[in-house]
Amino acid sequence: MKTRRLWPYQLGLLLLVLGAWHVSTAYELLPPFFFGRPLAVAGVLRDWFTSGVIFGHLAVTLTETALAFCAGTVLGILCGMWLGLYPLAAGLLDPYIKAFNAMPRVVLAPIFAMWFGLGVWSKVALGTTLVFFIVFFNVYQGVKDVNPVIIANARMLGASRRQLVRHVYWPSAMSWVFSSLHTAVGMAFVGAVVGEYLGSARGVGYLILQAEGVFDMNAVLAGLVVLTACALLLDGLVTRVERRMLAWRPTSTTTEGV
Amino acid sequence: MTAALEFKAVGHDFATPNGTVEVLRAIDLQVAAGEFVCVVGPTGCGKSTLLNLAAGLLAPGAGQVEVDGRPLAGLNRDAGYLFQGDPLLPWRNARDNVALGLELRGTARAEAASRASAWLNRVGLGDAALRYPHQLSGGMKKRVQLAQTLVLEPRLLLMDEPFAALDVQTRALMENELLALWQASAAAVVFVTHDLEEAIALGDRVVVVTAAPGSRVAAEYAIDLARPRDVEEIRLLPRFIELQREIWQALRREVGRGRA
Repeated sequence: MKTRRLWPYQLGLLLLVLGAWHVSTAYELLPPFFFGRPLAVAGVLRDWFTSGVIFGHLAVTLTETALAFCAGTVLGILCGMWLGLYPLAAGLLDPYIKAFNAMPRVVLAPIFAMWFGLGVWSKVALGTTLVFFIVFFNVYQGVKDVNPVIIANARMLGASRRQLVRHVYWPSAMSWVFSSLHTAVGMAFVGAVVGEYLGSARGVGYLILQAEGVFDMNAVLAGLVVLTACALLLDGLVTRVERRMLAWRPTSTTTEGV
Repeated sequence: MTAALEFKAVGHDFATPNGTVEVLRAIDLQVAAGEFVCVVGPTGCGKSTLLNLAAGLLAPGAGQVEVDGRPLAGLNRDAGYLFQGDPLLPWRNARDNVALGLELRGTARAEAASRASAWLNRVGLGDAALRYPHQLSGGMKKRVQLAQTLVLEPRLLLMDEPFAALDVQTRALMENELLALWQASAAAVVFVTHDLEEAIALGDRVVVVTAAPGSRVAAEYAIDLARPRDVEEIRLLPRFIELQREIWQALRREVGRGRA
């Protein structure tokens, strides 16, 4: 309800900021060389989309994102389930997992570039490591945090170890995975773009890198707009998936106070 | 006749950071087939431990738990356990929660669902079959739990303060429903509660357990009140009040000792 009444103001705020940007750069209060011009950015965007240049780059970036997301999620689920169900393995690997998680993983990009070249796979590898840890920790948490009463109850109802995994641990882990989807998709995207930015021949990150190389601030900002729009679209997609998969979850609108 | 459940000198210790604590010491208890036994005692006297031992979730440190005359090893497959707290699977709706045990035991999905629906009707939740646990009130969740356990037709029903979190009206309603369901079944019941009135209103027998550490059975009382009972009306009978006074004398000593 509230957001509905707010949206004209939200739009107004955007126009206000764009207007201020336009006026201050048009009258050179801000140097357009460093800050770009909104109309010029719009022009770059129009050129990209009318000429179709952007679509190839966008396809590459989104492919990398999708591959990194899938690989990271699958690996994260497998490792998370494994370590969650076998505390001994978890105890053994604990310091290494902590170290890998603490490491700023973006610096892996040059290593991956050397291993996998400048094509799609080095970006997929980077995105995968970013996604992996988010999913992994959520699955691990999901398996470990199952209410002991639920487990005892399922056992009394006749669940074997395998059935416990299937009917209790797995759904619990999945609910954590779905609640981390937003971050995971975002990270896959970050991995793709950062990887491209650090060395590539195609992709939106590459476009930005090229524009930066010739000090074309308008094109840099146009690339930024494209990336932001894509991130918002992906996020909206995730929200829809989440709503379907987590229908059983309490939200403020569906909980009945009885 | 062999007992549906028998504790023979059962003792149990728990390891704590400050050393081991003896929770139960030499518990002797018999529950006949179809009997409704209520266990009362001060807080922390190991009542839940008693149920976990009967369920086979815990193995006794000393003595022996027997089911139908045979020593219990591993989980007690004949027992249904109504846990305290919230054991329903949050991602399954009421009907699928009730069907869980049947599915785990290999019943075909469609048949499990139809039997679950029938049980939901019996506990008065026919309309709520497709609701998820978070959409159910506390009393409704307890009913789902009851149906989830009873659909498996257990020969022994273990109940751990099942109605403690409910408001007074819902509680009386649930107690009456439990009695009706129990009388229609052949199950023996071990009902743990800290509420003496509830114990007398429901049970064939009330067992008073002493305060921890080293809880034992302090006394047993046969409840000679006629069935079928209405838990709200039965509380007004002179015999009920008499029994309550008598058992309370024993219980008060234990509550006092538990606090000391």
